[in-house]
Amino acid sequence: MADDVKALSAELAGDPQSLVFLRLGEVLRQRRQLDAAVRVAMHGLERHPHLADAHDLYARILADQRDFERAFDEWDMTLRIAPEHVGALKGLAFLYFTVGDLAQAERHLEAARAVTPDDPSIEQAFVMIRGGGAPPVRIEPGAVAEPVPALPEARVFAGLEGANEGLLLLDAAGLVLGGALRSPGGDDVGEPVAAYLAGVSQEAARTAKLLELGEWRGVAAEGPGGHIYLTQPTEGTMLLVVRERSVPLGRLAMLAQRAGQAARRWLERQR
Amino acid sequence: MNAVAFSRALEQVTQVRGVRGAMLVSGQDGLVVAEQLMEGLRGPAVAALAASLSSRLGRAMGAAGLGVGQFWHLQCEGGALLVVPAASGLLVVAVADPEVNVGLVRLELLRAAEVAR
Repeated sequence: MADDVKALSAELAGDPQSLVFLRLGEVLRQRRQLDAAVRVAMHGLERHPHLADAHDLYARILADQRDFERAFDEWDMTLRIAPEHVGALKGLAFLYFTVGDLAQAERHLEAARAVTPDDPSIEQAFVMIRGGGAPPVRIEPGAVAEPVPALPEARVFAGLEGANEGLLLLDAAGLVLGGALRSPGGDDVGEPVAAYLAGVSQEAARTAKLLELGEWRGVAAEGPGGHIYLTQPTEGTMLLVVRERSVPLGRLAMLAQRAGQAARRWLERQR
Repeated sequence: MNAVAFSRALEQVTQVRGVRGAMLVSGQDGLVVAEQLMEGLRGPAVAALAASLSSRLGRAMGAAGLGVGQFWHLQCEGGALLVVPAASGLLVVAVADPEVNVGLVRLELLRAAEVAR
């Protein structure tokens, strides 16, 4: 394996435009040399930004790093470039399974099976999803199943980036239902922030009605210390996403969408 | 600061395609200071709600340690309300269609907020 890395690295050094970075990145990923794998993937993406396999490789590395949000973005990008990319379909199925959205996980697996009906890893994944309760298993493009720890049921945003410091689920009265929020200084600010946001959903709805703008979907706001996005995953609840200023507001809306799905699943389980 | 300068600042905002109207609102009491709205928009009511929302969001952002809000955007199915607080305590408010270029409106609101500082 070390020889593989050496030989592939030499080949890539000799021809930086070569697609050999895909094999090198994958070998490094399998060896758990994830930082090196990221560098190789980034090298490839810089030169081949429209290559679906390059985005898929990067997504797999990100998923191994448990950076599921960015992995989602990369697999999403892969499918935009190549809508039938089996690796991306299985990768997204894994991510949906991780957040408990079994319907979406099955939908992506169905799409993958339509492309490669003989792939045994897809059937394994179906069995696992339909069995329920079993620990999530990573659905590898190469049919290698790798167990990851089960998610704690009690945590509403388990598996999502920022679950411990930048995602907050609250009710209309401003009480915290789940998630956590920390200030840039590390203080727990979930409860005071939630209290100040009490009533925002009603006022947003009244404003939208007054202006005849239909349903409100979200409130994005920027401050010198960071960005926030507020949305309403279900009637009577609000979801707050907070990120540092370098994260664009548009990305916050995407994060909120995913966190909202997790919140809805979690709320259903509490009934 | 005079009414002509306010009016000019708002005019720049309303010239962005998709903007239905713009207002200067007192952030403290939600009263309209100046407005350029399309017919049918109820300025005083919108101003009051914009000020109230702005106040709540501002306090929440302060409590989160994110500092004073610089821009906020209420996204709705059929359009948007965009707000930039000025240093003077005034709010520059725009009502826009859903397909408006939000970045462009934000820039014009920030310019208008400079006039209203």
